[in-house]
Amino acid sequence: MTDPRRLVVVGASLAGLRAVEAARKTGFDGEIVLIGAEEHLPYDRPPLSKAFLGAADESGELAEVPFFRTEQTLRDELDVDVRLGTPATALDTVARRVTVGDDQIAYDALVIATGAHARLIPGAEGLDGVHPLRTLDDSLAVRDKLEAGARTVVIGAGFIGSEIASTARKRGLEATIIEALPTPLVRATGHEMGAAIAALHELNGATLRCGVGVSAIEGDGKVERVVLADGTTIEADLVVVGIGVIPSVGWLEGSGLTIDNGIVCDENLWTGVPGVYAAGDVANWLNPTLGERQRMENWTAAAEQGAAAARNALDPENARPYGTVPYFWSDWYDVRIQFVGSPEADEVRLVDGDPGGGDRWVALYRRGDRLIGALTVNGQAEIMKYRVQIMKGGSWDDALAFAEKRRIAHEEKLAAV
Amino acid sequence: MKCVTVDFDKCTGLGICESLAPDFFEVNDDGELIVLKEDISDADLQEVEEAVGGCPTEALKIVER
Repeated sequence: MTDPRRLVVVGASLAGLRAVEAARKTGFDGEIVLIGAEEHLPYDRPPLSKAFLGAADESGELAEVPFFRTEQTLRDELDVDVRLGTPATALDTVARRVTVGDDQIAYDALVIATGAHARLIPGAEGLDGVHPLRTLDDSLAVRDKLEAGARTVVIGAGFIGSEIASTARKRGLEATIIEALPTPLVRATGHEMGAAIAALHELNGATLRCGVGVSAIEGDGKVERVVLADGTTIEADLVVVGIGVIPSVGWLEGSGLTIDNGIVCDENLWTGVPGVYAAGDVANWLNPTLGERQRMENWTAAAEQGAAAARNALDPENARPYGTVPYFWSDWYDVRIQFVGSPEADEVRLVDGDPGGGDRWVALYRRGDRLIGALTVNGQAEIMKYRVQIMKGGSWDDALAFAEKRRIAHEEKLAAV
Repeated sequence: MKCVTVDFDKCTGLGICESLAPDFFEVNDDGELIVLKEDISDADLQEVEEAVGGCPTEALKIVER
């Protein structure tokens, strides 16, 4: 095959941006088209549920929108044809064309990074004050309500919902979190640690209701209350729905790509269709580092996969697998929660600190005789050391011995103060 | 000589750089990033580039000095 002359990237968030940047970094000098469904230039999402929602600083300024690059940088320095505000609606992998509005955009190489969209609660669409939190527009709307002093109800005690409840509390507002499952965060961190982390809410003055569903979100034009399945009514001016996301693959119907919890890819992020690769939240790929199929919803995977998918798409003969030890973080109530690896474990063991009383702890996850995951709460000095061990396939026994050494060193340091 | 620099106004001590280039970066008990060495040899360049690309706050840069 001749060298690709036009790279098309569908999705103008982190993975899409990194695809474009990586393509130029490898020396690709052909055309690049970047397609974004939103009107906005690429922006960074983690702050949208954290610092961006915070109250104004001393000078009265709210946080600025976290755009990654200026339009000028994208167009002039990176020489990208940026097309924002219209989503891609179809992919023809035989003719190698993407449909965007009335345009047909031909590609030699294609990176799909359309991400995921928030799951919504049916029936609440028309009410003012009910929002998901996925996009910049969502975050701006939620921030407006927080600025107005909204009594906040968060539906879903996952990381996004928890961050929002935390921000509301920090602003001195009432915050209630409703979780349908008996324990939050089980899928992300396992049972014991999910319960331990969730306890942070009550400690910080938020109300957490688990094991109860929402039966109605009511109001006249704007939201006024949330009615729970047990009949409880909670008054609310703002309801944030944080019940997960759905991979954005609707536009790929009929494209011939294999869709199963996202776009199914091999370890090179290749979809199996010539020239077509996927990256970020939409990609369900075989992670060679852990030897399991995964679809990530985190910053690190989006950034790295975007770059890897573009490199492989432009030079498929020298394609390299993308493997990683997954990583995510979440900031609540001035506490930093970090997780590396996989929560699917045979055993979870607390190796330092005490969730019952302390504000810092470390838990390790065992699969067979291998270290497979680690969770820290305010353990920034610890977490990445375990990521390195998991990357190298380190053993459980070595990890425990290392943890004990670190625990003693930490204790000695505290005693010396 | 290529060197790595940190913008401490941006860095929040997430530590991804430590996991990708542990000879260069370490986060301390206070959650602050410590740069263990600044000069980057050709052999180390790739891992430091990965650390720079992996930083969610874009706090790291490679510069010529």
